[in-house]
Amino acid sequence: MLIQIKDIKIIDPSANINKTGDIFIEDGKIVEKLSKPADKVIDGKGKIAVPGLIDVHSHLREPGQEEKETIKTGTMSAAKGGITTVFCMPNTKPVTDNAPSVEYILMKAQKEGKVNVFPIGCITKGSQGKELAEIGILKKAGIVAVSDDGVPVANSQIMRRALEYTKMFNLAVISHCEDKELSRNGVMNAGKNSMIFGLRGIPNQSEEIMVSRDIMLCELTGGKLHIAHVSTAGSVELVRQAKKKGLNVTCETCPHYFTLTDDYVQNYDTNFKMNPPLRTLKDVDAIKEGLKDGTIDCIATDHAPHTQEEKCREFDSAPFGIIGFETLLSLTLNELVDKKVLSLEDAIAKMTVNPARIFSLANRGSLKVGSVADITIIDLNHKYELKKEDILSKSKNSPFIGRKFKGCAVMTIVGGKIVWTLKDGIIN
Amino acid sequence: MSFNRKDLLGLEHLDRKEIQTIIDSAKPFKDMFTRSIKKAPALVGKTVVNLFYEPSTRTRTSFEVASKRLSADVVSIATATSSVVKGESLVDTAKTLEAMKADIIIIRHTLAGTPELLAKNLNASIINAGDGFHEHPTQGLLDLFTMFEKKKKIEGLKVLLVGDILHSRVAKSNIWALTKFGAKVRVVGPPTLIPGKISELGVEVFYNLDEAIKDVDVVNILRIQMERQQENLFPSIHEYVELYQVTKERLAKAKPDVLVMHPGPMNRGIEIDSEVADSPSAVINEQVTNGIAVRMAVLHLLALARNKGKK
Ligand SMILES: [Zn+2]
Repeated sequence: MLIQIKDIKIIDPSANINKTGDIFIEDGKIVEKLSKPADKVIDGKGKIAVPGLIDVHSHLREPGQEEKETIKTGTMSAAKGGITTVFCMPNTKPVTDNAPSVEYILMKAQKEGKVNVFPIGCITKGSQGKELAEIGILKKAGIVAVSDDGVPVANSQIMRRALEYTKMFNLAVISHCEDKELSRNGVMNAGKNSMIFGLRGIPNQSEEIMVSRDIMLCELTGGKLHIAHVSTAGSVELVRQAKKKGLNVTCETCPHYFTLTDDYVQNYDTNFKMNPPLRTLKDVDAIKEGLKDGTIDCIATDHAPHTQEEKCREFDSAPFGIIGFETLLSLTLNELVDKKVLSLEDAIAKMTVNPARIFSLANRGSLKVGSVADITIIDLNHKYELKKEDILSKSKNSPFIGRKFKGCAVMTIVGGKIVWTLKDGIIN
Repeated sequence: MSFNRKDLLGLEHLDRKEIQTIIDSAKPFKDMFTRSIKKAPALVGKTVVNLFYEPSTRTRTSFEVASKRLSADVVSIATATSSVVKGESLVDTAKTLEAMKADIIIIRHTLAGTPELLAKNLNASIINAGDGFHEHPTQGLLDLFTMFEKKKKIEGLKVLLVGDILHSRVAKSNIWALTKFGAKVRVVGPPTLIPGKISELGVEVFYNLDEAIKDVDVVNILRIQMERQQENLFPSIHEYVELYQVTKERLAKAKPDVLVMHPGPMNRGIEIDSEVADSPSAVINEQVTNGIAVRMAVLHLLALARNKGKK
């Protein structure tokens, strides 16, 4: 299909473009001009076109936990959120530590996925933290990074080897930084609130100890380290210093860490339970500062679906995690752009060109001629309230249900195909 | 009367007036105990359920006696006999009880926030009988009642809480209640058992019992759980006894008319010396009696608020 998007404001941080014009799509790519008249002309007046958003941290749950999410429902949810590429973490059942698992995910995504799905492989076999997984074979099968998300590599020697070994593939090691001994049994941020609510706390230091360790190992090895879901002021400062030193370190945060604090846990609502936990205002401010000065490179969702049955429980017993695809863009717009933390260009860069660069995604995260036509069209003025019944993810564990937003994706184009519009929903 | 709540989940969010109302209504119930017929008809036809997910003979019995003295129908469910063992969720279990027309559900649970979870999901009134490390409001109330009875006023009283503050819901509820009434609250224990942010609740922190106990009006001794030693929170029971046992010698440093309290059950010879437990300063048995009166007051006030709500 040949598509022309007319008179649209184009924001493409990969090329420093911010102008009004037309975008042409042919054979799934962005082209200078069409070879034939367009099959479809989209009126872009009043809207913004940006490179399709890339979410480098999500849990699609397939295979093994299809009651929470499937590749189909997860990518529908992503499409609705304006996300055209999702990275999926390997903590599925079985874990993605072998080529057939990678192939299965890619095959499923090909058949049922609405957006691009790029698997992340395990660092260690079975994510057991004992022996390196066959990272070379995984890479050949199609992974874009390695991570033992959720079950961080405790052994420094193994982490060192991982950072060393992955150098030959130019693969980033994504580290979920948590000292599990220090955070043991913790279910929320350690502080005044955990004391009052009577819940066991997870101190900031359980994250920061591992951020420090991994930065040091990065320095030792020269490997490529990407720190997942940064949640504390101390972590931001550690990464800032590492970057000053010129180390190969990047990091991400998630919308909830710049939007919410641990005050929200007060009603024991398990939709405010995630790992790392919601921290304090001081941390929220530091995260914003880190986003502003470039210390934090990416905004990712850590989309972690769980069923209602699992979440409607005692706070201690409920699993960690919240869904995030459908609120990523709106929260970024409302909490960062509207509040003047980031310019719209910088905010978009953290979900497009930055992840594309860090994870070496060729021809993505850009609207340059020749790029894959992954495009998100945004209406900054569209007002809506997030309603449970409108959520496309199979799970509804969002702390943002009932929240009012202004600005969201109105159309999502993946590889030159319109996969979702605000008016028509998912397009088959 | 200023009590209009559906549930009693904790003392943090109650104001001084509401707490005063409960204390005031407990008084006539206590007076009733000296009469030959210790029964009032306040809860006739109401069903009260004791849902205990953590063994506690004392608190459960106290609530049972309180409910019966108010003429309620009482059902007690302890963990072993409930469907918890069959894997039914807490909310489902409670909903079943509500379907059986329970008016008031009293819950004791090892996990914080479980009373809130029920309150959100049920129409029945919920009373928190202790949830994890969060709160134990009726214990806080009965301790306050006892102090009122003995000391007439709370304002300016020096009250010392001794022991495992970190894991103590009793300490938490006491702190909320006492600070609202203007008491000067001190806590003492090893730093590993005192939350770092506790001073933000307006209490004074001590690590040395001999210093902390000086000139206090009330010593409230918390039960020490033996398993805390396995978590490396202190090196041995022996050392704990050495540093934090309330002995006669230590008690001599407090005011001469000091009250010694303990929420029970006591570990005699560990957190409290037997001699202290049996001394005239100790009001531990009276706390038990007062517990029934205070719980009657809570049940009565919640039932009244329910009736008002229905009209
Ligand atoms: Zn993680």
